[in-house]
Amino acid sequence: MSIGHYLEHNGLWQLTRARTRGFLREPEAIFWVFVFPILLALALGIAFRVQKPQPLPVGIAPGAHGDAIARTLSAAPDLRVVSLPSAAEAEMALRTGKIVALIDSEDGETTASRAARTVSDGDAVPSLRVVYDPTRQENRLAQALVVDALQRGAGRVDPVHIEAVTRTQRGARYIDFLLPGIIGMNLLGTGMWGIGFPIATARQQKLLKRYMATPMRRSDYLLSFLFARIVWLLLEVAALYVFGWLVFGIKLTGSWAAYVVVVLLGALSFSSLGLLVVSRARTIEAVSGLMNVVMLPMWLLSGTFFSSARFPQVVQPLVQALPLTAVNSSLRALTNEAAGFAAVTPSLLLLAGWGLVSFVVALRIFRWE
Amino acid sequence: MKPTVASDLTALLCRGLTKRYGSVLAVDGLDLEVRRGECFGLLGPNGAGKTTTIEILEGLNRADAGTVEVLGQTWRTGQDRALRERLGIQLQETRFYDKYSVRETIGLFRSFYRRGPTPDEVIRRVQLEEKRDAWVMKLSGGQKQRLSVACALVNDPEVLFLDEPTTGLDPQSRRQLWELVDDFRSGGGTTLLTTHYMDEAERLCDRVAIVDHGKVIALGTPAELIATLDADHVVAISLDGDGDLEPAALEALPSVRRVRREGPTWALHVLAPHVAVPALLVEIERRGRGLASLTTHHATLEDVFVHLTGRTLRD
Repeated sequence: MSIGHYLEHNGLWQLTRARTRGFLREPEAIFWVFVFPILLALALGIAFRVQKPQPLPVGIAPGAHGDAIARTLSAAPDLRVVSLPSAAEAEMALRTGKIVALIDSEDGETTASRAARTVSDGDAVPSLRVVYDPTRQENRLAQALVVDALQRGAGRVDPVHIEAVTRTQRGARYIDFLLPGIIGMNLLGTGMWGIGFPIATARQQKLLKRYMATPMRRSDYLLSFLFARIVWLLLEVAALYVFGWLVFGIKLTGSWAAYVVVVLLGALSFSSLGLLVVSRARTIEAVSGLMNVVMLPMWLLSGTFFSSARFPQVVQPLVQALPLTAVNSSLRALTNEAAGFAAVTPSLLLLAGWGLVSFVVALRIFRWE
Repeated sequence: MKPTVASDLTALLCRGLTKRYGSVLAVDGLDLEVRRGECFGLLGPNGAGKTTTIEILEGLNRADAGTVEVLGQTWRTGQDRALRERLGIQLQETRFYDKYSVRETIGLFRSFYRRGPTPDEVIRRVQLEEKRDAWVMKLSGGQKQRLSVACALVNDPEVLFLDEPTTGLDPQSRRQLWELVDDFRSGGGTTLLTTHYMDEAERLCDRVAIVDHGKVIALGTPAELIATLDADHVVAISLDGDGDLEPAALEALPSVRRVRREGPTWALHVLAPHVAVPALLVEIERRGRGLASLTTHHATLEDVFVHLTGRTLRD
């Protein structure tokens, strides 16, 4: 018997082939799996691209003799002086972020006249006020630069000479952080929907029941989904990876083998989760709801678009236990931090645990009719 | 020659089958025996318990009580897959995947079985050659139904189950499907079909069980069942204007066996229309009434059902 003939009569092979082919015939699915994540990465990559450092805008509250301060500050390369005609406008500019710090006087005397006197005469005790919001990084930086520039302008002499050396680091851009997260998010979405949607449809349309009326092995049916996933998985990760490489110059710095294992294990783990979600649901609507309940928290908590380290310490155990966190942090470490197998082993164990438990529970409670 | 035991001739057997859904008793102690090689029909209105019965026989549903044997085997004894190799099943509402072709769908089902004809041979048998590479979504209702039967034939089954195979089809599609069933039967296969069309049961079935409220209320060949009416013909009349006829007077007419009132229509079961009709016309004349319509037809399974239950199959 030839291999061709054997495969022609092998249910698992035929199911896998049908499933792979079926996906090709769904233009929407192709869009969400391949086009959408690339568009998302492209848009965010451009929005957060690395630009030449821009001078920080600072404002001087209105007054007759603000020119001296303005001259002093304009000499500083990292500051840009914005002139503000009225006190109200100055407040507004600070509140809306048009300026990141406001130079003002403490009392009734106008800021500018008093400051001008202080700077030019040098005999009075200088008394200025810098207004800024300390919860914003840029404001704090501007405050330090303003203070520094005015002190030097007033004749401060630095006791220690410190030379500044600049160097731009690869792997520190937002897109370097983002792309592994988008790959992880895509694995989660396609893994769960790739299982959940077709099974829910087959159940709703009585096709699952029709399969049950044949000698088809139930394991063949479920395995065909996992195998078809692997085929598309490789293409979907490759597409995003090549995109990141060509457009943003992002290349893997760590172990290739570990990267492949993380992707495979992650995808199988998410597929098992999808199987669990669809195991009892009778309708597409029910499955959609459950999918969102499972996926939305992970998108937020697992550090797809911003680092999950921002969440408080109390929720960190939960954050770290999520399978998407494991995938995202592993892909990041492998892409940007030259990590090897050892660094991602805890994540791999976590993913294997999630996958195994979901699969076993799903099989036990699966509704075949 | 070895003597044949009874069970060798039996393809399907139900004894005391009972199934309850909540407070509804869908199947109520139903008994059934289908012999090998015959085409057997379960005829009854919607909700009579036909689908539940056939799905229990197919091993897709469990009975609350009673026993079922299919080709001498019972379900869930570890031999289910071997038994499924020998059965062909068409369900009432399967929607095949829209974007597979006819050939792909049949090929997929064929791959689940060890033996059977090639997918192309099956396509030829159900006359879908022209639609071989068309997607399922492009098929007409009749073509979809033939595809559904084709998927039940991919393993050359010994028993074919058809659940309401022609419901919703146009007359031509129904005839095409009937030919498929004829072909299968002439090849020696056993068929169990459910239907609520009495003409379908008469046309296809060697024997028919009339099912109502989860029970078999009559069993026999279509001819035998019709013969239980003891009247080969039905004369239906309706009258002009007001006033009424006396049922007793109509029943007393020669050759009339019984009389039923169905709305404005009187239905008379008669042995010989050429005797009954002239007498009937005289009776109407005597009462001074006009005749709006008069039709006669050979008695059908529908008339049997109405006689047994007082309702029509479409109720």
